[in-house]
Amino acid sequence: MLRIEKVYKTFNPGTINEKKALNGIDLVLKEGDFVTVIGGNGAGKSTILNMIAGVYPVDSGKIVIDSADVTKLPEHKRAKYLGRVFQDPMTGTAADMNIEENLAIAARRGKNRFLGWGITGKEKQVYQKRLEALDLGLEARMTAKVGLLSGGQRQALTLLMASLEKPKVLLLDEHTAALDPRTAKKVLDLTEEIVEKNHLTTMMITHNMKDAIRLGNRLIMMHEGRIIYDVAGEEKKSLKVSDLLSKFGEASGGEFSNDRMMLS
Amino acid sequence: MEALINALPGSAAQGLIWGILAIGVYITFKVLDYADLTVDGSLATGGAVAVMCIINGANPYVAIAAAFAAGMLAGFVTGLFHTVFGIPPILSGILTQLGLYSVNMRILGKANQAVSVDQYALTVSLRYIKEACITTGICCIIIILILYWFFGTELGASIRATGCNQNMARAQGINTNVQKVLGLVLSNGLVGISGALYAQYQGSADVNMGRGAIVIGLASVIIGEVAFGKIFHNFALRMFAAVLGAIIYFIVIAVVLQLGLSTNDLKLFSALIVALFLALPHLKGSYFAKAGSRGGKKDA
Ligand SMILES: Nc1ncnc2c1ncn2[C@@H]1O[C@H](COP(=O)(O)OP(=O)(O)OP(=O)(O)O)[C@@H](O)[C@H]1O
Ligand SMILES: [Mg+2]
Repeated sequence: MLRIEKVYKTFNPGTINEKKALNGIDLVLKEGDFVTVIGGNGAGKSTILNMIAGVYPVDSGKIVIDSADVTKLPEHKRAKYLGRVFQDPMTGTAADMNIEENLAIAARRGKNRFLGWGITGKEKQVYQKRLEALDLGLEARMTAKVGLLSGGQRQALTLLMASLEKPKVLLLDEHTAALDPRTAKKVLDLTEEIVEKNHLTTMMITHNMKDAIRLGNRLIMMHEGRIIYDVAGEEKKSLKVSDLLSKFGEASGGEFSNDRMMLS
Repeated sequence: MEALINALPGSAAQGLIWGILAIGVYITFKVLDYADLTVDGSLATGGAVAVMCIINGANPYVAIAAAFAAGMLAGFVTGLFHTVFGIPPILSGILTQLGLYSVNMRILGKANQAVSVDQYALTVSLRYIKEACITTGICCIIIILILYWFFGTELGASIRATGCNQNMARAQGINTNVQKVLGLVLSNGLVGISGALYAQYQGSADVNMGRGAIVIGLASVIIGEVAFGKIFHNFALRMFAAVLGAIIYFIVIAVVLQLGLSTNDLKLFSALIVALFLALPHLKGSYFAKAGSRGGKKDA
């Protein structure tokens, strides 16, 4: 479903700010794979998701989604394959537009937009049902501006927008990190539910190692722009947080103790 | 007082004409979140094109259509400067505006070209203020209705999403560059129409007629928002508020002129009014330290 081949990325090459963010990433996701991605700050987790989404071009390498080579496609053209939820709840929605308008825009992802109605009455009924399923009371506020919603509500809405048109790959970049623990749990439960129900191929970055072990069928750990650990199936299920920490310790030469990885 | 009352219909007519420009500024400034300074040039371009068309025997409505097209072209150039060449929004507009001065000079052949209502069948003229008010009023309403429809379409929604949050728009498959160019084209087309009407109204097109137009446009949008923002929520009404803002602006100008301010001082006065209204939300914010979490405007 997703194939990443030898992807390299250096930011600000040739300057004092040069930063090798990705150092040859190879990764293949099968249809229905749910991969959790962990790693310290600056490991390149967000960068690899951004490469898949086309936010920046790759320096070299190849990205194939659903047998289409998207390496050269701009971000908006790759969007038809992808559902995305970001760390900042502000990023995924248009604050000055209302809930149903946001959904209608998401429903047209990958389609041509001309002079047809931006939203139809029939769509509104569909959205109403989908919002009811979120169980956040948003179905009663369909014409409220999204800017008025809480961070958790916005993330739930973004999640719904990302899955409204079934994406080939769902990309989640620490999408619960900005939320309080209770809301984070709710959004995470919702994520699980949506991924399961739609059988979505998913990559989820998280700093919570318990979540990383509990969710999904596969886990990868990144360090300095490389994938240093990749487990799946039963082996992954039986992982413990301490296993991950020692794995990380090996890679980083033991200086992990004050890293954010420890937080969970 | 009587002089002021006599001046009111003229203010209303001017306000309605500039109201069309205000709608254009509303589209870039508010909907697209793009500070477009092309306006000063494209207003004069609209006026110049319309006047030359009329002088060369074109029907005034055809002349207005030509001004619309010329304005759109100006917006298109600014859009290319920004999206293809990566020039920042304000500078893109300034470059087009500057270049248009020469273009307008070429179109007119001289700095000022008269078009007399005695010689040509003009759509509006300050000789017939009541008729001018009715014609431009209808014009504004038609434009607002068309735009109201347009911004409800898939394409219009894409422009709004782009103005609101580019990251979201791109993640949803919208080509934000195309939307920006479209918005600029539409906006400056309207400014062109406004210029065409204004030139006819005052009986001449002048290369300098657009100087400071952006400030008047912004003033109109902001006055409209401050005066009617609380009661007008519908999108069509918001555009209408910009038109009302323009009318209020010209009435205020008429008042200060009556109070003895000279026409030369008007630009300073306008600049101060706009600065004041632009500063208001900021000052309010810092006095009451209300952390407004609007969001989604990053990178926009
Ligand atoms: N747009 C950019 N310009 C320059 N450098 C960048 C850019 N994006 C990322 N980097 C750098 O690339 C490296 C990898 O960053 P990335 O955001 O992928 O890390 P991450 O694994 O997501 O970390 P975190 O857990 O902190 O989110 C970092 O050193 C970062 O500073
Ligand atoms: Mg990150």
